[in-house]
Amino acid sequence: MFIKRKYFFEYLWEGLLKISGGLTSVAILLIVIFLFSEGIGIFNNSAVEEGYSIIVGKDNDVENLSGEKIKDIFDQKIVSWKTLGTTIENHDSIMLLRLDDIASYVSENKIASDFSNLPQIIEQIMKDNPSVIGFLPSEYINKDSDYRILDLGKIKPKDFFFGKQWFPTAQPSPLFGVLPIVLGTLLVSLIAILIALPFGLAVAIYSAELASEKVAKLIRPVIELLAGIPSVVYGFFGLIVIVPLIQKLFNLDVGETALAGSIILAIMALPTIITIAQDAIMSTPRSMKEASLALGANKWQTIKKVIIPYSISGITAGVVLGIGRAIGETMAVLMVTGNAAVIPTTLLEPVRTIPATIAAELGEAPKGGAHYEALFALGCILFIFTLVINLIVEYISSKNKNKA
Amino acid sequence: MYSIEAKDVNFYYGDFLALKNISMQIEKNSVTAFIGPSGCGKSTFLRLFNRMNDLIPNIKLEGKIMVKGEDVYSKNVFVDQLRKEVGMVFQKANPFPKTIFENVAYGLRVNGEKNKKKIEQVVEQSLKGAALWEEVKDKLNRSAFALSGGQQQRLCIARALAIEPSIILMDEPASALDPISTLKIEELIFELKKKYTIVIVTHNMQQAARVSDKTAFFYLGELIEYDNTDKIFTNPQKEATQNYVTGRFG
Repeated sequence: MFIKRKYFFEYLWEGLLKISGGLTSVAILLIVIFLFSEGIGIFNNSAVEEGYSIIVGKDNDVENLSGEKIKDIFDQKIVSWKTLGTTIENHDSIMLLRLDDIASYVSENKIASDFSNLPQIIEQIMKDNPSVIGFLPSEYINKDSDYRILDLGKIKPKDFFFGKQWFPTAQPSPLFGVLPIVLGTLLVSLIAILIALPFGLAVAIYSAELASEKVAKLIRPVIELLAGIPSVVYGFFGLIVIVPLIQKLFNLDVGETALAGSIILAIMALPTIITIAQDAIMSTPRSMKEASLALGANKWQTIKKVIIPYSISGITAGVVLGIGRAIGETMAVLMVTGNAAVIPTTLLEPVRTIPATIAAELGEAPKGGAHYEALFALGCILFIFTLVINLIVEYISSKNKNKA
Repeated sequence: MYSIEAKDVNFYYGDFLALKNISMQIEKNSVTAFIGPSGCGKSTFLRLFNRMNDLIPNIKLEGKIMVKGEDVYSKNVFVDQLRKEVGMVFQKANPFPKTIFENVAYGLRVNGEKNKKKIEQVVEQSLKGAALWEEVKDKLNRSAFALSGGQQQRLCIARALAIEPSIILMDEPASALDPISTLKIEELIFELKKKYTIVIVTHNMQQAARVSDKTAFFYLGELIEYDNTDKIFTNPQKEATQNYVTGRFG
C-alpha cells in the first residue's frame, strides 16, 4: 500500500531536468577548458615568427637577445653591436638581411629563378659580412653551415605578463607584452566606477528613501531602460558626443581617451550599481529607521548613521558587480578609447582594453598561431578577473546574509 | 496643562478611517494603558503623538494632537525636536548593529553632543535608569546583539531615556519577552513614572491592570471607554469593555 512508486512522467521530468543541468555544467566547463588550453598554448610558441630563423655570423657571440631587442634591431633603432655587448672588429654597425635585402648584397641575376641556390648565396653573404643579422625562412637555412642560428627560445611568461609592448604582428619577433592592455582595462574600469559610484549611490538613496512614491515609480523604469540600451549605441553616443567634448575641453589632438571610455562605462555600470544598492537600502528593516527617527535623528542622519552602515555590504556588492560589468564591456570601449596599447600615464591618453583587443584582433589572427593563442591568453586573464570579482560578490553577500 | 491632549481626532489610511473622533487627555507623570483587540487603532493612535505615522504614505489627520500644549501637527513644528521630547520604545527590541555604548549614545550624537565626558555620563545614567547598568557595565563595547531579548528591550528604553524626553511611548514593549523579563520591564515602568509621562500599548490585560493609572479601551477605531484603571477592570461603564476585560472576546 505504501510502496513508493514512480510514474513514467515523473521519471521523464527528473531525467529531463538532470540532463539539462548536466549539459549546461559540462558546456560551461568545456568552454573554460577550451579557453585555457588555447591560452596556455602561447607559451609553447617560439619567440621568433614561425617558419623563420634568425642568423648571425659565426664569430658573433651575441646572446640572450630579447624579442624587444630584435624588434629594435630590425626597426633600426639599435644600429651597433656594441650596444648589445658584442664587439666585431671593424664591423660594428649592424647590417640587416631579410629576403628582400638579398638583392642589395648580390646582383639579381645570380639568384636562380626558383631560389634553389639561395642557401649557398646566404652562406656566401654571411661569410663576407660578419656584422650581418639575418631573418630568413627556415627552408633556406642550412643547419650545419658556417653561420650561427640564434635560439631565442619560447615565449616566456615573464615577457608575456610583464612585457610592455604589444606588437603581435611585428617581424621577425612578435611582441606579446600584455601589461599595457591589462593596465588599460583596470584603469578604465576603476575610473568608471569612481565616476559611477557617487551618482549611483545618490540615485539609489534618493529613489529608495527620499523620493515620493510617484517619482520613485518614474525613476525605476528609466534605470531599467538604461540597462536595456545596446552597448554599441552607448559607443556611438560616446563617439559623437563625449569624445569631441573631451577633445575640446582639454584641448587634445584626439578625444578618444581613457576618460571617454570611463565615462561611457560609468553610464553603463550605473543601472547595476543603482538597482543593487537600492535593494540593499530598501532591505534596511523599518524598525531600524523608526528607532533612529524616534530618537530625534533627521532623515539625513538616519541615512548616514543607520541605513548606509546597514546596507554597506549590499552597496559594495553592487559596486563590485558594476566593476565586473565595466571590465568585460567590449563594443562601447572599443569605439571611444582609441585603442593604443601603451601603458597609460594619464586619463587623457588613448588606452586599449582586453575585450577590445580580442574583438579587434581575433579576426586577423591566423588560427593556431601565436597571435591567436595570445588573444586566448588575454581572454583567460579577463576570465580570472571576472571570476575573482564574482567570488568577492559571493563572499560579501554571504556575509550580508549572516547579519541578523 | 496636560502632557498629551487629543481633540476630535479622525485618522485615515488612504480612504480607510482608522480612528474615529477620539478625544483624550493624558496627565503628567502618569501611566496610561491602551488596550483593545488587534487592529483597533491603539498603536496608530500612540504613533500620532510623536508623528511616527508620517513615514506611511497616504495618511490624513483631522483634529488636533497637543503635546505639552503645542499642536504637533502645525506646519512650523520641527518633527525631530518633537521626537526628542516624546521618546518611543517599540514592540520588538530594535537595537542598532552597534555597540551597547553607541546604541545609547546615538540620540546624543545625532543631537550634536560632542563632549565625551557628558556622553559617558548620560550613557551610564540612562543604563542605570533602565536597570541595565549592572548587567552591562563591563561589556559596553560589545555588540548590542549579544544581549538577551529582555536586555535588548531595556537597552532600547535606556536609549530613549538618553535624549531626556518628558514623555515615553511604549508600543507593546513586553509582548516578545519571557515572564521574568516582562516583570523587570514593568518594575521599570513603575520607577520611570516618577519622572516621565508614560503611554503603553498592551495586549496583556494583567499588565495594564498592574502598571497603569488610567486605561483606555479601543474597539474598531473608537475610544470606547477611558477611565481610572481600577474602574475599567472592576466596574466598566460599557458592555464592550466588560466583555473584553473579562476575556469574553478579543
